Amino acid sequence: MATKDEVLEGLAEIVNEIAGIPTEDVALDKSFTDDLDVDSLSMVEVVVAAEERFDVKIPDDEVKNLKTVGDAVDYILTNA
Amino acid sequence: MTAENRTVVVTGIGAFTPLGADAASTWENLVAGRSGVAALTEEWAEELPVRIGARTAVEPGEILPRPLARKLDRSAQFALIAAREAWADAGYETPATDESSKLAPERLGTVIASGIGGVTTLLDQYDVLREKGARKVSPHTVPMLMPNSPAANVGLEVGARAGVHTPVSACASGAEAIGYAIEMIRTGRADVVVAGGTEAAIHPLPIAAFASMMAMSKNNDDPQHASRPYDKARDGFVLGEGAGVVVLESVEHAEARGARIYCEAVGQGLSSDAHHIAQPEPTGAGVARALADLFERNELDKAEIVHVNAHATSTPQGDTAELKALRKELGDDLDHIAISATKSMTGHLLGGAGGVETVATVLALHNRLAPPTINVDDLDDDVDADIVRGEARKLPEGRIAALNNSFGFGGHNVVLAFRTR
Repeated sequence: MATKDEVLEGLAEIVNEIAGIPTEDVALDKSFTDDLDVDSLSMVEVVVAAEERFDVKIPDDEVKNLKTVGDAVDYILTNA
Repeated sequence: MTAENRTVVVTGIGAFTPLGADAASTWENLVAGRSGVAALTEEWAEELPVRIGARTAVEPGEILPRPLARKLDRSAQFALIAAREAWADAGYETPATDESSKLAPERLGTVIASGIGGVTTLLDQYDVLREKGARKVSPHTVPMLMPNSPAANVGLEVGARAGVHTPVSACASGAEAIGYAIEMIRTGRADVVVAGGTEAAIHPLPIAAFASMMAMSKNNDDPQHASRPYDKARDGFVLGEGAGVVVLESVEHAEARGARIYCEAVGQGLSSDAHHIAQPEPTGAGVARALADLFERNELDKAEIVHVNAHATSTPQGDTAELKALRKELGDDLDHIAISATKSMTGHLLGGAGGVETVATVLALHNRLAPPTINVDDLDDDVDADIVRGEARKLPEGRIAALNNSFGFGGHNVVLAFRTR
């Protein structure tokens, strides 16, 4: 089971790979769309990469609720 | 000039080709007669009948940032790099949508073509689907593989709102794009259009498919001499990749902003063969009709034409059919025309060819220099025209014009004309 810091670190690496944002800028309060240059298509990539990395299922209906990095971290910690 | 017949000029050029990552290095290598063809060393090439190709001189990933590159098909990557160069070369510093821009985005268009579109994206994502399942197919697949993706991405880059278009006519696509762009400006729909062609089809499937048609050179042991238009030993084209883009502009718009003008884009001639889906019409009748259309619809003095960048792909039938058409329409004037087949160096870029060869034609006029055709060791007896062989040749002083020919599977014939000012 990953810790909160480990999940944040993992998501930061995924966002860096997909959107080119420096990992240190990927913080819990950041919005994927408004702060991290992750549009709706790239968000699908983030979700699929997170599913693989954290062995979690993120249903399509759930993706719209993941507005911030913190939302995603919480979902992964709860459901992984 | 009425709004329906405005004069169009070339104010910017950009190229990303097997001979260089920009127009200047591509031109330098064209003039020097260097080949961009090499052996394909990928593992997948080992089992193919054709194992040569003309890859771009530089990988686009060395120029574009990774987050951008991964959302673009290779063909769009080439187009974007060439378009950025052309845009800057024309003196534009910001997108037209930028507040500081003096050019209204509603007066700016893009027309970028490719013959095949995002074929490597399509095939790579099919591999992902089969090997890893539907969930792993990239959400960027459709915007990457659609053939209008290069035009649309360049349109986003420069902020074009007058229209973004993608004519598709196989190997004539790039030239057709530039012709379409000339018409957009001539008829008043736009003041500035970024236009050209791109292709990225070096992948085992297109190579196997073209090879099955007996269309490609199988000179695997001697890649640099495989593309040999007009030579008796020519045995098909060599597949190349890359993009060529120009910025076209109404002369009034260009002069008002004090832009450097390379030359005039006089116009286009078009026709179709109604002969065969993939074979060239052997007498050159379709090409001759495109030339006749050019002269009928544009004010162009045949005696001013001193250079032709020929389509000449190094196929046995096509090269000489084109020359027959030029002789039919130009008569004795053909004797003072320096003909260059730059595919002898770049390979055949399919939908990218018309773009790259337009850049070459514009630079030939601008520098008054016709690039050589390499590998013509034993000229075909049917060649009744002045092929520039060996070294580049100086073109005359005074007002001169040049043609760029492109033809495509399906029987598409496009002739573009350019003239010094």
